[in-house]
Amino acid sequence: MLEKEQWKGFKGRLWKEEVNTRDFIQQNYKPYDGDESFLAGPTEATNKLWGKLQELQKAERAKGGVLDMETEIVSGLTAYGPGYIDESLKDLEKVVGLQTDKPLKRAFMPYGGIKMAEQACQTYGYEPSEKLHEIFTKYHKTHNQGVFDVYTPEIKKARHNKVITGLPDTYGRGRIVGDYRRVALYGIDFLIQEKLDDFAHCGSGSMTEDIIRRREELAEQVKALKEMKEMAAIYGYDISEPAKDAREAFQWLYFGYLAAIKTQNGAAMSVGRVSTFLDIYIERDLEAGILTEEEAQELVDHFVMKCRMVKFARIPSYNQLFSGDPVWATLEVAGLGTDGRSMVTKNCFRFLHTLENMGPAPEPNLTVLYTEALPENFKKYTAKISINTSSVQYENDDVMRPVWGDDYSICCCVSATQTGKEMQFFGARANLAKCLTYAINGGIDEKTKEQVAPKYRPITDEYLDYDVVMERYDQMMEWLADLYVNTLNLIQYMHDKYYYEAAEMALIDTDVRRTFATGIAGFSHVVDSLSAIKYAKVKTIRDENGIVVDYETEGDFPRYGNDDDRADEIAVWLLGEFLAKIKKHHTYRNSEPTTSILTITSNVVYGKATGSLPDGRKAGEPLSPGANPSYGAEQNGLLASLNSVAKLPYEWALDGISNTQTINPDALGHDEDERINNLVQVLDGYFEQGAHHLNVNVFGREKLIDAMEHPEKEEYANFTIRVSGYAVKFIDLTREQQLDVIARTCHDHM
Amino acid sequence: MENVIGRIHSIESFGSVDGPGVRYIYFLHGCPLRCQFCHNPDTWGSKTYQEMTAQQALDQAMKYRNYWGKKGGLTISGGEPLLQIDFLLELFKLAKKEGIHTCIDTSGGCFTREEPFFSKFEELMQYTDLLLVDIKEINKERHIQLTSKDNDNILDMARYLSDINKPVWIRHVLVPERSDFDEDLKELDQFIKTLKNVERVEVLPYHTLGIFKWQELKIPYQLEGINPPTKERIENANQLLHTQDYQEFKK
Repeated sequence: MLEKEQWKGFKGRLWKEEVNTRDFIQQNYKPYDGDESFLAGPTEATNKLWGKLQELQKAERAKGGVLDMETEIVSGLTAYGPGYIDESLKDLEKVVGLQTDKPLKRAFMPYGGIKMAEQACQTYGYEPSEKLHEIFTKYHKTHNQGVFDVYTPEIKKARHNKVITGLPDTYGRGRIVGDYRRVALYGIDFLIQEKLDDFAHCGSGSMTEDIIRRREELAEQVKALKEMKEMAAIYGYDISEPAKDAREAFQWLYFGYLAAIKTQNGAAMSVGRVSTFLDIYIERDLEAGILTEEEAQELVDHFVMKCRMVKFARIPSYNQLFSGDPVWATLEVAGLGTDGRSMVTKNCFRFLHTLENMGPAPEPNLTVLYTEALPENFKKYTAKISINTSSVQYENDDVMRPVWGDDYSICCCVSATQTGKEMQFFGARANLAKCLTYAINGGIDEKTKEQVAPKYRPITDEYLDYDVVMERYDQMMEWLADLYVNTLNLIQYMHDKYYYEAAEMALIDTDVRRTFATGIAGFSHVVDSLSAIKYAKVKTIRDENGIVVDYETEGDFPRYGNDDDRADEIAVWLLGEFLAKIKKHHTYRNSEPTTSILTITSNVVYGKATGSLPDGRKAGEPLSPGANPSYGAEQNGLLASLNSVAKLPYEWALDGISNTQTINPDALGHDEDERINNLVQVLDGYFEQGAHHLNVNVFGREKLIDAMEHPEKEEYANFTIRVSGYAVKFIDLTREQQLDVIARTCHDHM
Repeated sequence: MENVIGRIHSIESFGSVDGPGVRYIYFLHGCPLRCQFCHNPDTWGSKTYQEMTAQQALDQAMKYRNYWGKKGGLTISGGEPLLQIDFLLELFKLAKKEGIHTCIDTSGGCFTREEPFFSKFEELMQYTDLLLVDIKEINKERHIQLTSKDNDNILDMARYLSDINKPVWIRHVLVPERSDFDEDLKELDQFIKTLKNVERVEVLPYHTLGIFKWQELKIPYQLEGINPPTKERIENANQLLHTQDYQEFKK
């Protein structure tokens, strides 16, 4: 058993025998069930740094969304010298390290695709380097090139017509959470040793393709670990050995994360479940009398400030999908241990408290792992923060813990992953609403009139018959699932080959579990459309070539979002059926297939590409986001809507079911106490039924409209709202998306 | 009394201001009053409504039980729920068997000590935990102007509920130029002080969110040009009614 000077006072054995952060946490954390009265306000240093950062953010917005960009240097762990928020304030920074040499400056990351890296520069008025262009077109292939080299004509057509959409073939797949805590707990040298050990035991000597690949990946990981040490040395730190105190623990852990965001511009770059781990270090220092509460909060504030600074160079098509410049630096607090103890520590409060000390912000994407069994004081505090900042999301620990254990992280907006033991192949979405129109039109796209899917028999009836539609839809979904999985197989292959996440994988077990995450777009519209066909009369309206381009629906029909089983059963069926079809196929590297219902702001773009539907949604209108019921469908208030969503079994959508709700403060209660208590009741009731996720916004429609019309007002500079799966500054959304957010149901009954 | 059919105007699954905690609210159809500030005028006439038996209504509400916690429950509002007292009685009997907190949001507009209503009301009170009693105006003349009826029986109901010690929240909708007069507020305060069952007194500032319904129904809106009360007037009403003195509801 290894013993380290830096571990003095820590309990337990197993985590000293092997890399096992979970065991360390379970042996050493102190549950806290008190209230928030111990919390400290911001220090002077925090105020100064945050003030400076806000100036920079203002300048960034004034420049059209990008403050500065790299054009000459390829991003890497040691590509730059040290960078600080402000050179003159650098001694105030308790946690240091930037992605580039300057704050908010976006790095040049060509490995995902040189074209996109260049386009990102040009979009914001920067001229990319000719030399780098030559290198990455002539001498080094990129992920994007790899994918397009092997796409079939059928895939290209389906992709072009957006029946499979948002694919990570023009951007990094992201969603891999390194166990950054390992850097703090073990130091890099021990981690290198472990990986070398794995290398020595990799395979029995017969060099099959998988063993060769694993050996190469391990070599890449060791290289990345060594570079992490160099990167830290640039800032004057030696991270070979474990962190010896809280400040070092924050710094070491952040260096691990920094390594990830210097090398990957993935769609989601989560931080992970770090609060309770870090609390152990804080508690040890508090007890030893070498840290005060003010200093502890300062560490948290400065760490969070860094998470608020993560930036990537993105292209316009990406920004349309994922509006508001999100990076999903998702960070979780709370949850229960498998032994039933609450994992809420004082540090969970401190992380939420950053929203008070430095105001609301979209990043890090603060996520509360919720269960009714969390301490009442914590539940009330988090509800209070929600009501005041609309910056927190909730995920049901009671449904995730049985699947992922008690040390999972959220790797994207809402998807769970076992920390340090798992990686995910992110695969965007299949547009099931469009698939329905293909089923009706025999594979012809209603917008482009192209024959995209196979020429199955179209429906020629004037009025749609439920059984006929269901039969055709089944066939078309079968085709789509097949094409979709295979498209993803080759995307993931190329990402591994040309844009391997060495730094993140170095902080994950060598023997890694892989999930294959598919997703559904247009969910509620398919459900309501099928319900309309079943319970009302749906007449087809055809163009001159007989292609159905619109529908007239006569009579009333039950809609998803009203706790009406007639519609909700269709919803459950649709999810189960799609997953079953996905599971039939071989998935890359024997990964476990999952699916999700969590389109984010991409619902607007997906909607543009989707024709009219039998549920009354007109061509081009936004799809409803995630698993949310359709616009205007909810007739019986918030809880009826929540009950509908709660019927979807999480076990069938292990990649997540997102739901975003906006509540008018006056509809939540008369005063703060009532609002807090009522919100806690809503969360308890929803999650008790096995629901997975809830975004809670608390504001009225008037505020959104005013913010849209007057973005220059000081009060809206940091006005943060939850959209499906993440948070954004409302004024950073496109006008189209702002209007979409405003149009969504606001529960405001009074 | 079996299978009485309730006429349901609408449902709110998340009621948070009509009784303690989170409430499932049935808005029943029909009302004897014609309040100028009504935000549910579509409950008055013979418009469409949904029919339900008490058992169906209870079963549906029960789907929301896990949101209610220790405080929440079922609230019946309207319209005027006491117009459908048979339905109410059956529903609350069933609810009480399940241990659900029951609440009626009423103006008392159809309260009378005459039969057959009164015995039914007496029985209903055995199954009712709380009443939200709207006193629109203490001044009889102004009450008539505002609601088309006088307030004798409404005040009588309040006295009766005090006599049987049934908990109530007294609510007053504050409408500028209609129900915001210092002398009336003082008189209302005096009246409330004579009651011994008041757990809470609430001032509900008039809002204009219901106007669109009047327009849809093509009923001329009689408060045209009247704005919601100012913060100062709301504060004034709270002081004159001594709302802070009533804290029983927090227990």
